[in-house]
Amino acid sequence: MFGWEFPPHILGGLGTASYGLTKGLSMQQDMDIVFVIPKPYGDEDQSFLKLTGACNIPVVWRDVSRECLREHFGNYMNSQEYYDLRDHIYADFRYLTTNDIGCIEFSGRYPDNLMEEINNYSICAGVIARKEHFDVIHSHDWLTYPAGIHAKNVSGRPLVVHVHATDFDRSRGKVNPQVYSIEKNGMDYADHIICVSNLTRDTVIQKYHQDPSKVTTIHNAVEPISKEIEEIVPVHGTNDKIVTFLGRITMQKGPEYFVEAASLVLQKNRHVRFVMAGSGDMMESMVQLVAKRGISDKFHFTGFLKGHQVYELLKSSDVYIMPSVSEPFGISPLEAMQVGVPTIISKQSGCAEILENSIKIDYWDIEAMANSIYSIISYPAMYDYLKKEGKREVDEIKWEYAGQKVRNIYEQVCNRR
Amino acid sequence: MKTICFYFQIHQPFRLKRYRFFDIGTDHYYYDDFNNENILQSVTARSYLPANQAILEMILANKGQFKVAFSISGVALDQLERHAPEVIDSFRQLAKTNCVEFLSETYAHSLSCLKDPDEFKYQVKLHSKRIEDLFGKKPKVFRNTELIYSDELGEMVADLGYKTIITEGAKHVLGWKSPNFVYQSAVNPNIKLLLKNSKMSDDISFRFSDYQWSEYPLTADKFIDWIAKIPENEQLINLFMNYETFGNLQPKESGIFEFLKVLPYYASQKGITFSTPSEVVANLKPVEALSVPDLISWTDEERDLSAWIGNALQNEAFNKIYSMSERIRMIKDRGILQDWLYLQTSDHFFYMSTKHSSDGAVHKHFSPYESPFEAFTNYMNILSDFMIRVRAQFPSGIEDEELNSLVTTIQNQERTIADLENEIKHLRTKKSKLNIAPE
Repeated sequence: MFGWEFPPHILGGLGTASYGLTKGLSMQQDMDIVFVIPKPYGDEDQSFLKLTGACNIPVVWRDVSRECLREHFGNYMNSQEYYDLRDHIYADFRYLTTNDIGCIEFSGRYPDNLMEEINNYSICAGVIARKEHFDVIHSHDWLTYPAGIHAKNVSGRPLVVHVHATDFDRSRGKVNPQVYSIEKNGMDYADHIICVSNLTRDTVIQKYHQDPSKVTTIHNAVEPISKEIEEIVPVHGTNDKIVTFLGRITMQKGPEYFVEAASLVLQKNRHVRFVMAGSGDMMESMVQLVAKRGISDKFHFTGFLKGHQVYELLKSSDVYIMPSVSEPFGISPLEAMQVGVPTIISKQSGCAEILENSIKIDYWDIEAMANSIYSIISYPAMYDYLKKEGKREVDEIKWEYAGQKVRNIYEQVCNRR
Repeated sequence: MKTICFYFQIHQPFRLKRYRFFDIGTDHYYYDDFNNENILQSVTARSYLPANQAILEMILANKGQFKVAFSISGVALDQLERHAPEVIDSFRQLAKTNCVEFLSETYAHSLSCLKDPDEFKYQVKLHSKRIEDLFGKKPKVFRNTELIYSDELGEMVADLGYKTIITEGAKHVLGWKSPNFVYQSAVNPNIKLLLKNSKMSDDISFRFSDYQWSEYPLTADKFIDWIAKIPENEQLINLFMNYETFGNLQPKESGIFEFLKVLPYYASQKGITFSTPSEVVANLKPVEALSVPDLISWTDEERDLSAWIGNALQNEAFNKIYSMSERIRMIKDRGILQDWLYLQTSDHFFYMSTKHSSDGAVHKHFSPYESPFEAFTNYMNILSDFMIRVRAQFPSGIEDEELNSLVTTIQNQERTIADLENEIKHLRTKKSKLNIAPE
């Protein structure tokens, strides 16, 4: 499997989904997974898979002693594996910038030279594909498609690409042609395409011109919440109800509709506070919009929240809202429902396809959004119903089931050859 | 000799308009006039008028041997009066044939029997009077909203002077018994029960045009043949259904009208007659007592009340509206009283249902809302506004009981004042007469 993020060092939903899916897959006894990411930090949970960092793959032959390697890798990777990989260097990459053991440095994030990093990642994938033995290649999102294609060409094994998002979702239609071409190339080469929602599936079929018979929807799921998180006690500093928006403050997530709806609700009910958690390129304009509407006293920005802070906020919330303009899946409402928070989601998000006990509105319909917020905070029966039934529902959405579906696709593509 | 007892239900709720929370306290009009008129006129054109016409022709053609019963809810009558008065005229025409019986029900097609017996009785009386005014006959047979019934409810209806009640032949109540008899209530032997033959009623109303059904196509001679084959001692076939079956649920193209029209012909060949509910109880004796301790209805697989008060949302809305009963009874404002009736209609609660079984599709089909949550929010917003209006009638700090006594005191005082004024007037005229006299 090729991925770009892996918990706990994640920047978006991609890492969470990759983790959940591999964990769900690993419940099948005969499944061994090698998961490649650009740069592991060493504190990842490796109990159920083998995690390989592209930054530890030699692409230039260097004569390095075992002692030196031990110093470099610690217990993370054994030196024999390094030597095995070194035997599979397949071309002269001395023109690349490499370190003293012949590996390429990765940032592991989304840097400005992303295209270069994607290319380097694919070079490393070539080495891994020559060394490892495997039956299926699974690439998560466009960043790793070139690596997947490379591995397929080297090994002849079937390639499954997993579409967590397309550039049409990220850019509200203003597609970056370079990204599009990588995405399209990956899909063209793939033996099968997995999409996280029917919404994404439609985009893949229509905008990327894929044969519908090779595109399948497998909805995401959620990991059960850990005991630690369960024990977090919600804090309620005021008696005001709290309505939360959590996510990157970018065009895709529709933050401005949230602000407008907030201003409508506040005209009628002053005992509500609105929280916008996250950061992004629209943050500043949102602060300005809030000021312009004159609701700054009731509207709060928290900036980017990490780990437990997220759950602290969620647990203190009375309403969680995701007004995304275009959301391939959107795992965060499911996480809110897990801790018993009523949710409002846009019909334009993939998770709306599977969630029953969540209020669904059009992202642009700020009146309906405001009305739903008002309903949850004003009518206790509504709050209680969504809280209880939402939790019950989401507890049944398990990665194990998603893993089983992925397995079926693996078997399908393997048998076809 | 077997007899078929037809009863058709006519009901249209006042569907509510999209009512946002900003409107609370400012907008006091709650109904989606456009949608209501649209639906009513479409149903009128497709179903009510052609079906009435067909039944009238059948009655005339069979020289009074074909008989049916109707139950028209008060809210449906209000809407028909407003948007399609020709339907009421056509019912009047049917009423004149004396082959048609009109049944009694709650005016608002409400579930008031579950929560507010006083309101229930008031609505039954109101409806009965309306029917009498329109069609010249006082209803004698009672059918509750959605055929809801229990022993206790039977007592309540008996108190209102009814001796016959129409309800569902629910399997879990009947057990091995057949619905094709007249039964009597287990607690009050004076109450006679007519039970719906679900299988045969649904054959017409739900399965008639279902080509996946093994008996498709259903023809009149086949249907009458089934009835003829029922054991000889089972003499009563109760076919109760939504009137929209004809033309709307089963479209005209399915041949449903032709099916209806030839029923009397095949029936007479087999010696089967038609009767109204009143005739049935006059001619047939109850065979046994039927005990119904828990409430039953004619809706969904469970035949219970879960379609209206099955989840927390429905319960909340239901309890909220009836929390106002006491206050409402002291109010004289006609606008408020009318809204009070229209908001009680059971359909509003039906839209909030979250049942996921195969019946869920039915809930979706009839609902003007996209989701039960939207239905709940909209209803509660309207109810919030309505409650503000109700509270504004009297100071809010006073308890209902105290308020009630105050209102009575005021009324008594008013009466006394009026009496005294009359007396003064009387004395004055007397005095003026006296003044004139000495001269």
